[in-house]
Amino acid sequence: MSEAGQDDTKVRYARVAYYPGCALEGTGHAYNASTKAVGKALGLELDEVKNWNCCGAMEVKNIDPKVQTYLSSRVMSIAANEMGAGVVMAPCNGCYHNLKKAEYDLAHDDGSRQVVERISRKAGHAAYRAGQLETIHALDWIKHGVGEEELKRRIRNGLNGIKVANYYGCMYTRPRHIYPEKDSGPGSESTLQPHYMDDLLAAAGAEIVDFPLKTACCGGAHTLSDSDTSTRLVLNILRAAEAAGAEVIATECPTCHSGLEMHQVRAEKVFGEETGVKMMYFTQLLGVALGVSPRKLGIHENVSDARQALAGRGLA
Amino acid sequence: MTAALAALEARLATKELERDAIESAQTLLAIAEEALERWVVARGDVPTGEQREGFRLLALHRQGARGVPSFNACRETCREIAYHYNLLTMAPHHDQSARRARMMQLLVNHLVLFVSGKMEVEGLGEFCCASRPLRTEPST
Repeated sequence: MSEAGQDDTKVRYARVAYYPGCALEGTGHAYNASTKAVGKALGLELDEVKNWNCCGAMEVKNIDPKVQTYLSSRVMSIAANEMGAGVVMAPCNGCYHNLKKAEYDLAHDDGSRQVVERISRKAGHAAYRAGQLETIHALDWIKHGVGEEELKRRIRNGLNGIKVANYYGCMYTRPRHIYPEKDSGPGSESTLQPHYMDDLLAAAGAEIVDFPLKTACCGGAHTLSDSDTSTRLVLNILRAAEAAGAEVIATECPTCHSGLEMHQVRAEKVFGEETGVKMMYFTQLLGVALGVSPRKLGIHENVSDARQALAGRGLA
Repeated sequence: MTAALAALEARLATKELERDAIESAQTLLAIAEEALERWVVARGDVPTGEQREGFRLLALHRQGARGVPSFNACRETCREIAYHYNLLTMAPHHDQSARRARMMQLLVNHLVLFVSGKMEVEGLGEFCCASRPLRTEPST
């Protein structure tokens, strides 16, 4: 990206519509708190989408994908048509994925457009039209809204070489066709080897370990139907992170995060397999580096308690 | 989990990695290929003998993902297995070989578990990020 292009992106990302999604009001509460705290510390502003609804997640999509497209489009319509936003940021991979998918479907599928227009009319709001809004993830927001150089300048407690394996999960990069901005040359995110979280946490002073399961399936879809497979998949990811030398697995999705935490506990209870690696949201790690208090970052809310690992590095 | 895949997982769990990095890499690659063969056979197809980018594993993955977009969720795992195979066989005496072999073992284990999970879920209907919808007629 050219320097002028970078500056333009910084201006656009300085204040964005914020779509936290359902998980960030529940299990992902600490992700919500740490995202807001990091944004504030970096001078980035968030306007929460008013009266937002569920993105349709997996449940609606698997029954009727066009209704799921409508649900996501309603969030985008409010952001674009009622709030006048040009960018919406979703920190949850599921929400981010569904908004991007809705954008793609509305740009490419007449049937989706017709359904969205019809339901929007019934619901009494303007239908979202493809191209009205740019959907980004929290990683894009910080990577392009601030950048590593500026981040380094603002660091107060460098992460002191804490060894981090970055886990991006499955939906941040898949399916590739709904993410046209990825794999688009130098500086863009890669769907094969995502690196934005690596870049940001390295800039904050972490040592990033080589972790080949960074986009591996955690078995989230099996959690209820076949819990043992989910637990084994997660256990394998945790072991791989440990084998790579990681003290902490950084996450950027509330579902991935709670899946890793939950099945770490379950692996111990059901299979007697203990792993010591801790899970933290990448925003919590960035917040620590930016000097935000651990309490404001919700570190005490994590099931996987990383406070000892942080203390061992003089970070808490 | 099917018995055959459970047996592969058990082989991996009890497997002592050979002192010889090349032998370890070949054994692990063979287990990975067998996992994908099981998936292809379960879907009523004949496992391909072809290679992609020098690996039958990658050709098998491509074959297994045909018509099942969510199977692409193990594409990177297959490529990482191929990468670790190359690391081990091209530099077998590297001081990181033992660690690389351990990582390849975990990658292959992931693939076996992923295929097992997919086989289980296939019977229930798909609930994955790239899954096909249950209803395809126009919405009302």
